[in-house]
Amino acid sequence: MTFNGIAQIGIYLAALLILAKPLGIFMARVYQREPTFLDPIVGPIERLIYRLGKVNPDQEMDWKDNAAAMLLFNFAGLVLVYALQRFQQFLPLNPQGFGSVSPDSSFSTAVSFATNTNWQGYSGETTMTYLTQMMGMTVQNFLSAATGMAVLTLFIRGIARHSAKTLGNFWVDMTRSTLYILLPLSIILALVTVEQGVVQNFSSYVSASLLQPTNDTANTKVTEQVIATGPVASQLAIKHLGTNGGGFFNANASHPYESPTPLTDFLLTLAETIIALGLCHTFGKMVRDGRQGWALSAAMMIILTAAIMLAYYAESAGNPKLQALGIDQHTTSMNPGGNMEGKEVRFGIAKSALFATVTTATSCGAVNSMHDSFTPLGGMVPLVMMHLGEVALGGVGSGLYGMLVFVIVAVFVAGLLVGRTPEYLGHKIETYDMKMAALLILIMPMAVLAFTAIAVATDVGKAAIANPGPHGFSEILYIFTSQANNNGSAFAGVSVNTPFYNIMGGLAMLIGRYWLAVPTLALAGSLVGKKLVPPSEGTLPTHVPLFIFWLIAVILIVGALNFIPALALGPIVEHFMMVQ
Amino acid sequence: MLIQSKEPVTMTAQTTQHLKKPAGLNAAIYRRAIADSLTKLNPKSMLRNPVMFVVEVGSVLTTALWIQAIFGKGEAAPWYIGSISLWLWFTVIFANFSETMAEGRGKAQAEALRRARQDTRAKLLHDPRRGAEFEIVSSTELREGNYFLVDAGEIIAADGEVVEGIASVDESAITGESAPVIRESGGDRSAVTGGTKVLSDWLVIRVTAEPGGGFLDRMIKLIEGAKRQKTPNEIALNILLAAFTIIFLSVCVTLLPFSLFAVSTAGQGMPITVTVLVALLVCLIPTTIGGLLSAIGIAGMDRMIRHNVIATSGRAIEAAGDVDVLLLDKTGTITLGNRMATEFTPAPGISRERLADAAQLASLADETPEGRSIVILAKEKYGLRGREIHEIAAQFVPFSAQTRMSGADIQPDGMNGKRIIRKGATDAIKAFIEQQGGIFPTAVLQSVQEISRVGATPLVVAENRDVLGVIHLKDIVKGGIKERFAHLRKMGIKTVMITGDNPSTATAIAAEAGVDDFLAEAKPEDKLKLIREYQRGGRLVAMTGDGTNDAPALAQADVAVAMNTGTQSAREAANMIDLDSNPTKLMEIVEIGKQLLMTRGTLTTFSIANDVAKYFAIIPAAFATTYPALNALNIMKLATPESAILSAVIFNALIIIMLIPLALKGVKYKPVSAVHLLRKHLLIYGVGGIIAPFIGIKLVDLILVALHWV
Repeated sequence: MTFNGIAQIGIYLAALLILAKPLGIFMARVYQREPTFLDPIVGPIERLIYRLGKVNPDQEMDWKDNAAAMLLFNFAGLVLVYALQRFQQFLPLNPQGFGSVSPDSSFSTAVSFATNTNWQGYSGETTMTYLTQMMGMTVQNFLSAATGMAVLTLFIRGIARHSAKTLGNFWVDMTRSTLYILLPLSIILALVTVEQGVVQNFSSYVSASLLQPTNDTANTKVTEQVIATGPVASQLAIKHLGTNGGGFFNANASHPYESPTPLTDFLLTLAETIIALGLCHTFGKMVRDGRQGWALSAAMMIILTAAIMLAYYAESAGNPKLQALGIDQHTTSMNPGGNMEGKEVRFGIAKSALFATVTTATSCGAVNSMHDSFTPLGGMVPLVMMHLGEVALGGVGSGLYGMLVFVIVAVFVAGLLVGRTPEYLGHKIETYDMKMAALLILIMPMAVLAFTAIAVATDVGKAAIANPGPHGFSEILYIFTSQANNNGSAFAGVSVNTPFYNIMGGLAMLIGRYWLAVPTLALAGSLVGKKLVPPSEGTLPTHVPLFIFWLIAVILIVGALNFIPALALGPIVEHFMMVQ
Repeated sequence: MLIQSKEPVTMTAQTTQHLKKPAGLNAAIYRRAIADSLTKLNPKSMLRNPVMFVVEVGSVLTTALWIQAIFGKGEAAPWYIGSISLWLWFTVIFANFSETMAEGRGKAQAEALRRARQDTRAKLLHDPRRGAEFEIVSSTELREGNYFLVDAGEIIAADGEVVEGIASVDESAITGESAPVIRESGGDRSAVTGGTKVLSDWLVIRVTAEPGGGFLDRMIKLIEGAKRQKTPNEIALNILLAAFTIIFLSVCVTLLPFSLFAVSTAGQGMPITVTVLVALLVCLIPTTIGGLLSAIGIAGMDRMIRHNVIATSGRAIEAAGDVDVLLLDKTGTITLGNRMATEFTPAPGISRERLADAAQLASLADETPEGRSIVILAKEKYGLRGREIHEIAAQFVPFSAQTRMSGADIQPDGMNGKRIIRKGATDAIKAFIEQQGGIFPTAVLQSVQEISRVGATPLVVAENRDVLGVIHLKDIVKGGIKERFAHLRKMGIKTVMITGDNPSTATAIAAEAGVDDFLAEAKPEDKLKLIREYQRGGRLVAMTGDGTNDAPALAQADVAVAMNTGTQSAREAANMIDLDSNPTKLMEIVEIGKQLLMTRGTLTTFSIANDVAKYFAIIPAAFATTYPALNALNIMKLATPESAILSAVIFNALIIIMLIPLALKGVKYKPVSAVHLLRKHLLIYGVGGIIAPFIGIKLVDLILVALHWV
């Protein structure tokens, strides 16, 4: 670990903390339909959309109608992306002449982009036409992010309101998320990245002669390289802002056309987290108690910072097995030291560890380095961040509503500990709420463990694994952890574009998204109907440091306890084998 | 109307003796608890508790594996599978034992009650009056609405309401109070309980409960737990525990394919055995809280009973812990039952002695405690002997609601002058004087205001058309009550004093007692209104009451404690009955409710925190042959893989036994702020729950090694 590395991490954290609050307050204004400076430009578009969609923006709906709207809308998106891939050969903007994508891969990708997972079994530059990328991937990047934000907004209203029936209007919250928040930020970010060297065009791929010819695996001479291009910047910005993570290119954010400079890397990392953290303050504003927003944001930031430092430490420490072979892993001005395998030289260890942690802490899943090449502990950090349910900071919307479920569990046990029926912000936590909360913490670990078990127990599952030993197990565990958490990052090392993994993964992603979103809305529907319990001296305050500490403990215990045996057979044993 | 405590508060100490069992439990309860914990192994009764049901299934499974091992084809050595299986059975039995222990105490009490509810004979009346014809029937034949006669020395056959007569009744069978109580028709003392005994006179009673549904029957059922239903909070906790169980079940089930894969990819070792998987599962699922949960609930009910409070449901006890507002009647709860005369303030030109003499004369026949205190004050301060009523030719005028005065008309022998002495509230006397053309002196009015301001009640004395002066009747605030209210405030509970006094008197007493608020000149309907108002604001309200006119308010309150001396309707409207009829009991009830929730919370935290150490014991042991490198996690340095797993299982079983006393006694409650309480409990049960099993498992391991069992 170097001062420079810690400083880069420190600057990122500071920038995040400073920018989150103003953005959060702005988002609260958007969701409460208060005037904003964007109204003159966006207002007419918004009203036009409502008129075309025959939506009455003032008509609120209960949780069931909202859930139905959300499912219907997402299903339509899924069908559209599936169709685009299957029929892309007949459609325009296909300079490379790509053919139809296979049904199972199309299914996996359609589910992946509808659920904000952006798991990619395919390589973008050799599979998808520009039209599919723009109409399918990019559009879904906006809409799946907006879906998460809308579900969160409905949930927040469930907490902010009392003795009510309706949560708001999904269509309105979704439209406003897209028009007022995601689009403007994406435009700014896309322009900045273009300035830094990200490409944005509709040209066919460019051929370049290699300065130094090389041989491929079949031992034939290679003298020419094809350089892929396309409308990258427009897809890149929302991929990070919306915590989607699906790269235009297979190499994702390590590709020089997706993230050419350390500055773009910094901005993309910031973009992944800014909305998720800002939403904590949106929450504080909407429940009319800013301290609650700070408390949630503190809990998230503590977990995130600790994880970043652990990953950075593990990667800087390098591999003692290589030390024995006489490889110098010390950090000097000429040598980055530590474990540089699979990392971009322009980013280095600190930025790679930071990116890997942040991309799994949120549900982004973009990568700027190969997680498969991390040290066992360094690679365990992304796994654990996802095992915690991606609540620190989590996907846009989905992270905070996942966090609030943990808050409800924490409040429940803490309430018992102080001898009072638990309550959160004036809502008594009762049997039905615990049922939903229990369901919400139960589904993800069960899905991850069950799918992993099926994969390691079947020949078709095992056949795809490239690495032997515990590392191979980590790779399989990572796949389903990533998919059931709608992360989408890959450990790689497994040939996943097979019908088995496409279909299993598609199911894991569907479960991870909708089996959580629907009970979340049901929980909101229950909370919104409750009478206000005014706070008294006996009420446990949920903004004090003690509660924040307790919340972190609950997240760690509930998250970690489920996965310790699995982790012991993967990264943990691999680590001990490495240091032995 | 003011709710007056019918039982002097000072008697509480003796009255609670009866149902309170000595702390040491006798051997019979232990024996029965052990026997019952074995019969509860019936899977049907285990299904009520999902966590322990899973343990039982695991025990059956390992027993089958043990039998298989004995016949030579086992997955491990028979002694090893056998030992694990044995300790898993112990885990289930220990959990059952905690429940039967908790029930055992109740059963002993229920038996004492059942003795009182023998089958008795009753004189069934054909007409609801004493002289009517009757036939002798068994008490079980009495139906609701029947009338029966009870004479002195007979047992009352069923719950009912007195319609005719007045009698002294021995209610010691239910209250433990040996002094007889008066039961009479009409008013607030008309309810009688089946199983109690009429000592003198007779009563005609209308039956209000069907056979088997009487108060005593309900009490027995409640105590025995036959009708015990899970409370809402208990259900919510059970859901969370079930979720943990399901998660850990999937952790352990998937561990088998994971382990098979690990063996094939590492090329060495044996896959994890089913025995170890079951052991791991039982260690991980929250057996500590799961095993003790039911005992905690029963013990909460039992603690109520030992405070001589019968709760009609566990729900009520739980609600007691959440109470935000306590409505407390001033008289008997905040102040000692009765106001006492402390001083005489004469009107200008009247001697103190004359006032004292008139006051005493006016009070001679006044049997209220206030009246008696006036007689005593006059006697002690001015040497005026209490005269016998028949010695003087006096006609006494009792208090009536119309005149709101009482007093005496005296016609001394051979004299013409008739002395008309009256005492009463200021405005009543003022009207009385002015009606006779007298003038109410301003000086007296001033002293009246002065007395009110300090929280005392002024009682003006007049003779004929002259005002003689004022008697101070002072409320005596109970000692230590101010501190109790301060504690309640810290717990977040607001205290509201309900009084019939005027606002200025109420203000002074409220300040002296330290209540947060008061309702002066309160009528029963005001009380109901106040409760509704608080409830609309989301508050939970508790109150006590005993009169029929309290019934609507009792029914409305979230926690309603009826005095056992109260009317049948009050007792039916309430969800708790205080056998001691002590209104201060409400505060203890709140504490018991909080204790109940806290005990659940602390043991849940402890149970889950324990899992960390169990992982460190079991994971390296389970994969010892496949991945020897994992032994780095064996930070407790447990001797062998077998001893590690066995130690974890044994610790997991023993901790249930060790925590039974805590589950039965409840976590001690101190009124401090929620944050303080949380910090303390997290330190003890959270951090302690992480550390304790490391020590415990290591100790068990050392013992196993020392005994050469592994």
